[in-house]
Amino acid sequence: MSRPRRRIQRMIDFVRLPREVTVCLCIISLCDLICFSWDETHFGKMGSYYINRTFFFDVHPPLGKMLIGLAGYMTGYDGTYPFLKPGDKYEHHNYWGMRGFCASLGSCLPPFAYLTVLELSQSLTAALITAAVLAFDTGCITISQYILLDPILMFFIMGAVLSMVKFNRQRYRPFSAPWWFWLVLTGVNLSGALGVKFVGLFVILLVGLNTARDLWSLLGDLHLSLMDFGKHLLSRVFGLILLPLFLYVTIFAVHFVVLNKSGPGDGFFSSAFQSRLIGNNLHNASMPEYLAYGSVITVKNLRIAGGYLHSHWHLYPEGVGAKQQQVTAYLHKDYNNMWLVHRPNDSDEPDLVRHGDIIRLEHKETTRNLHSHLHEAPLTKKHFQVTGYGINGTGDPNDLWQVEVCGGQKGNLVKVLRSKVRFLHRATGCVLYSSGKTLPKWGWEQVEVTCSPYLKETPNSQWNIEDHINTKLPNISLSVLKPHFLEILLESHIVMIRGNSGLKPKDNEMNSKPWHWPINYQGLRFSGVNETEYRVYLLGNPVIWWLNLVSLGLYVVMVAAASLHCRVLLEGGGLLLLGWLLHYVPFYTMGRILYYHHYFPAMLFSSMLTGKVINLHPKMNFEIGCSLFSSSVYICFSLCLSKPCSFYMFHPLSYGMRGPLAHDPDSTMAGLKWMDSWEF
Amino acid sequence: MLTSIKLPIVIRAEINLVLVVVTALGLLSRLYGINFPKAVVFDEVYYGQFVSLYTKQVFFIDESGPPLGHMILAFGAYLGGFDGNFIWNRIGAEYSSNVPVWSLRLIPALAGSLCVPLCYLLVVELGYSHLTALGAALLFLMENSLIVQSRFMLLESVLIFFLLLAVVSYLRFHNAQSDSPVRLAWLVLTGVTCACAVGVKYMGLFTYFLLLGLAAVHTWQLIGDRALSNVSSLGSFFCLSMNISSVVLMQVVGPHDQMMSSAFQASLEGGLARITQGQPLEVAYGSQVTLRSVSSKPMPCWLHSHKANYPIRYENGRGSSHQQQVTCYPFKDVNNWWIIKDPGRYLVVSSPPRPVRHGDVVQLLHGMTSRLLNTHDVAAPMSPHAQEVSGYIDFNVSMPAQNLWKVDIANREAEQEVWKTILSEVRLIHINTSAVLKLSGSSLPEWGYRQLEVVGDKIYKGYQPSGVWNVEEHRYGTSQEQRERELELHSPTHIDINRNLTFIAKFLELQWKMLTVKHEDSEHKYSSSPLEWITMNTNIAYWLHPASNAQIHLIGNFVTWTLANLALAVYVLLFLSYLLRRRRKIEDIPEATWCQLLQAGVVCAGGWAVNYLPFFMMEKTLFLYHYLPALTFQILLIPVVLEHLHTHMCASLRRALHGVVLAGLSSVYLSFRTFSPLTYGQPELSAEQLASLRWRDSWDILFRRR
Repeated sequence: MSRPRRRIQRMIDFVRLPREVTVCLCIISLCDLICFSWDETHFGKMGSYYINRTFFFDVHPPLGKMLIGLAGYMTGYDGTYPFLKPGDKYEHHNYWGMRGFCASLGSCLPPFAYLTVLELSQSLTAALITAAVLAFDTGCITISQYILLDPILMFFIMGAVLSMVKFNRQRYRPFSAPWWFWLVLTGVNLSGALGVKFVGLFVILLVGLNTARDLWSLLGDLHLSLMDFGKHLLSRVFGLILLPLFLYVTIFAVHFVVLNKSGPGDGFFSSAFQSRLIGNNLHNASMPEYLAYGSVITVKNLRIAGGYLHSHWHLYPEGVGAKQQQVTAYLHKDYNNMWLVHRPNDSDEPDLVRHGDIIRLEHKETTRNLHSHLHEAPLTKKHFQVTGYGINGTGDPNDLWQVEVCGGQKGNLVKVLRSKVRFLHRATGCVLYSSGKTLPKWGWEQVEVTCSPYLKETPNSQWNIEDHINTKLPNISLSVLKPHFLEILLESHIVMIRGNSGLKPKDNEMNSKPWHWPINYQGLRFSGVNETEYRVYLLGNPVIWWLNLVSLGLYVVMVAAASLHCRVLLEGGGLLLLGWLLHYVPFYTMGRILYYHHYFPAMLFSSMLTGKVINLHPKMNFEIGCSLFSSSVYICFSLCLSKPCSFYMFHPLSYGMRGPLAHDPDSTMAGLKWMDSWEF
Repeated sequence: MLTSIKLPIVIRAEINLVLVVVTALGLLSRLYGINFPKAVVFDEVYYGQFVSLYTKQVFFIDESGPPLGHMILAFGAYLGGFDGNFIWNRIGAEYSSNVPVWSLRLIPALAGSLCVPLCYLLVVELGYSHLTALGAALLFLMENSLIVQSRFMLLESVLIFFLLLAVVSYLRFHNAQSDSPVRLAWLVLTGVTCACAVGVKYMGLFTYFLLLGLAAVHTWQLIGDRALSNVSSLGSFFCLSMNISSVVLMQVVGPHDQMMSSAFQASLEGGLARITQGQPLEVAYGSQVTLRSVSSKPMPCWLHSHKANYPIRYENGRGSSHQQQVTCYPFKDVNNWWIIKDPGRYLVVSSPPRPVRHGDVVQLLHGMTSRLLNTHDVAAPMSPHAQEVSGYIDFNVSMPAQNLWKVDIANREAEQEVWKTILSEVRLIHINTSAVLKLSGSSLPEWGYRQLEVVGDKIYKGYQPSGVWNVEEHRYGTSQEQRERELELHSPTHIDINRNLTFIAKFLELQWKMLTVKHEDSEHKYSSSPLEWITMNTNIAYWLHPASNAQIHLIGNFVTWTLANLALAVYVLLFLSYLLRRRRKIEDIPEATWCQLLQAGVVCAGGWAVNYLPFFMMEKTLFLYHYLPALTFQILLIPVVLEHLHTHMCASLRRALHGVVLAGLSSVYLSFRTFSPLTYGQPELSAEQLASLRWRDSWDILFRRR
């Protein structure tokens, strides 16, 4: 009776130990650093947006920024700080709430890891080693000190893993209260992880695979009737699919309700979406109802996240079709999106445009006509090039377009905002089309516009008239059909995914490669470049990271040896290895720009594996020989000792350093620059 | 002694007549009228260049992949006695009489037709009946896209042949009685063919991984089977993997090793650092140089001349100067060497060398023939508005030599700038007529060996890449005598630094280069995305008759593609339902059948997946023909699924299934017949008939407006 009790007591002690250590370490430096750094410009600003309720666009789902905004709001931050460029001083602004929130979530990681490893390996040593690894890692500390999404993301990932492991342990008591509790908690954490960043998908995959294996073994249990199995299945569907989905949708609902003012993100979304936002020109819009000759209009592509038809003074470069003025699709609102509607013969008597009419679209700023001809389009070679041609109304027959209302008949009027319109090129019979491909540098990375000879009706070839200015016609208040919530949800997701894949590395920007990460090849500069500045450098504690790498290899070797020897695979560690793989390998296939901090979720898993391997190590050796055993204990002990030591050596990286750079022998960090690629 | 030999000596031969018939049909369908069209078809323009390079024994870096495939094509060229003299610059260009079209296309067509019996064997080896195997072979036989792809000088059919052979031989190895020597032979054959497949295209690697995985699973089962000694089973597995990788190494290394020393500098792209190594930077009087046109349209080439004169009268009746031809030649050749000569002085570089500067007047002497570069007021052969450029021969017909050229460095930073190797872009302006030496872009007819035309352009304005040249190879000449100079020109320009590299380092560098060379990521008119392939939403126009509506398209047999997709879906459904029911210990089918179904799934569905899914990760330009290896495996799944359904169906449905199979086969045949004019390019169809063949809006079928 007393034995388990004592054990629990010990457990509690050990849980508190790592937690306290990290909490202290984190909080110490928080208030020292009064200027903000790197991505804080980004996420801090978004927190402010929530407080000011202005609509913005970001490639990540909203939960993380909402929580940051909430933390700021609770602690009295008023959302007025501009967050212009890294390194500015906060001055009188109340920023500690947002940082404290992130830091407190970050300091939950070691205790979570401790509990997870304890559950998986039933060994205190392993759990302690893991907790120590995470607590003394400079990288983890640095990343959880600032207003970033990563500490929040890692919190939810670790939470999901912990509750999943706990749930696995309840296997023999199905449908009991703790069983339900851990199941639901897993689901909640999953939705949280996905709600912060799309990287959360990987942990969902991990939990999904684990659940599938679980269900597979249940299915093979012939004592269980199919009815019972159905119950198991349905409860998991509820806890791990429906509930997270519901929570995730709720997050977005809150996001849309909170952000109801027009802001910098409007142009990414469809006209219908914009009409929701207070302050947008489409909110309770008032304009002439039917498209007329002589009007100034903007034309928006109906593809989700399609841009406005746009042109500018620049020409297509040599070798890309005819060397005429570029016509593109542009996602932001701009005076270059304005077009004039003309008759082919220039007599602009105010009449309405009808389905089947031939028009000429003139770019307001440059007075060039929308033009197409039989040259290849720049990227979509199957289509024709669209250019701006002619000047001040003169042009050629290739400037004529036929207006067609989708589903309309000859003579129908063209409704502003509500009609889907296609523009058919008179001479070649092709249709104005936005392919969604981004033009290279010469096209300012705007979206390609082509003329497609394939006349199938797709959103890419449909456009709507968004702004409509005509002084000769009366303005009528238009109530645009308000979009359904699910439509908004879908639209914002597609916009986010497009945005994410559009984050291509620029030429001058440093792009970190996935193979750099596990070997700790290069860190990330958080703030400060020069000797006089206060510098923070995100870099994992090299001793710990290299230890992680070694134990990963060791684990694979051990599994291979054991499986060949007795045809059994080792339990427990496999889950962690899988987690590491799932959070690391997909980055190799990603085309977007990558940063060092993307590795941190994977690093959590490899740290937990380290704990498990080091603990396994003496046991395995015990079978082989006692002489080795003593030596391995010695190794273990020295490893444990080396962690705090190395942490002490490298702590200025995360808590900030001043003075000369490390290659200078006078620096406090002199001699610690073990790799040339480190830049502190 | 002789008693030990039993008499009479008898050879028993069993001939599977079905197999013979199927092979014959395959040969007939792939080889029929293979000479037609006698023009460059689609990617032949691309492979043709490599074939020419191989037949001319010129080393090059092949950016497209491993060399075995090109060597196989070059072997065909060798059989036909092709001399490599054809300029592959335009799809649809007529082949000249020196190109043995038949033998160039023979090997891919043979490989493609041998795939038909291989399909038959594969299905038999999977444990299915001969009737099923016949079905598989027939379906494969009547697949229009595979026929089109194997009738031209393209590599897919060769790849598919090796893939199928690898799978068949692995299955033979697996099914054979243990400890027979034949068994080992099959294993070796698997390794060799896998290596060949990888050698043809890197895609073959994925099928190799699939087989390796299959072998690993089989080995794993053997380890569990304690009756066998672990050592032997493990041995066979390691044997397979080692064998394959070593053969891969041999394959890919071999050809490069023998060619490496000949002329590494002929690399078309990226070899610049190597070329500049050890060359003098400043061009001086007496320098021996090769001049490369800055414009790479229609192709990169070097200023060239040879011992042949312009014909006195062209086909259209215009006359010429009958002086020596000057052309632009897209291959490395000793005839590309020119000597920069100070007018009226010797040909060697003085010491110290006198550099040539912007604005200097020079003469250009052709190294091998000692003719001076000349232009005069005679219309150029192909572009009559421009002047002819020739190597001056004095015929004593009051046509004086006009061979002085002014050096005009286009990208100079200062006046008096020195002409530098590679870096300087130079215009050569004729002193007498102020014409500019320029690549006209058209190619000469037969008498000019189809090389590219070089003209003197009098109305040259602004910066045109076609009128700008740079010095690529360069050395200071030392020999005064013609004979000595010829020897000098034949020797390489610089110390071959590759000699210092070890063999393996060279190999690795080359592999790395091949894998990392950037492909142009722009879109092609007929490129498509992998998603469009499953439903065949796209096609490729391979060839269009220059005058009529006869055309060849890569369009598959629509019925077969649909059936294959259907079969895959049915297979997945069957597999899942059996799997779940077996887990509940409900055994619908006996264990042996289940294993058979599983193995067929791994080979066919797995083969489809490994040859298809990786394309989603690739960022290069993709075409419909990339799907063909995957399609091959998918087609094999149709008869497999059908036989399984047939065996495990109640009797009444069975009869219905017979009907369905018959109907399916006949509709496959009908659709094959319908599209065969687009497959074989003949007979010519009318515009209405072509329009009726456009089953999908997204297919580009070409109409000629009359």
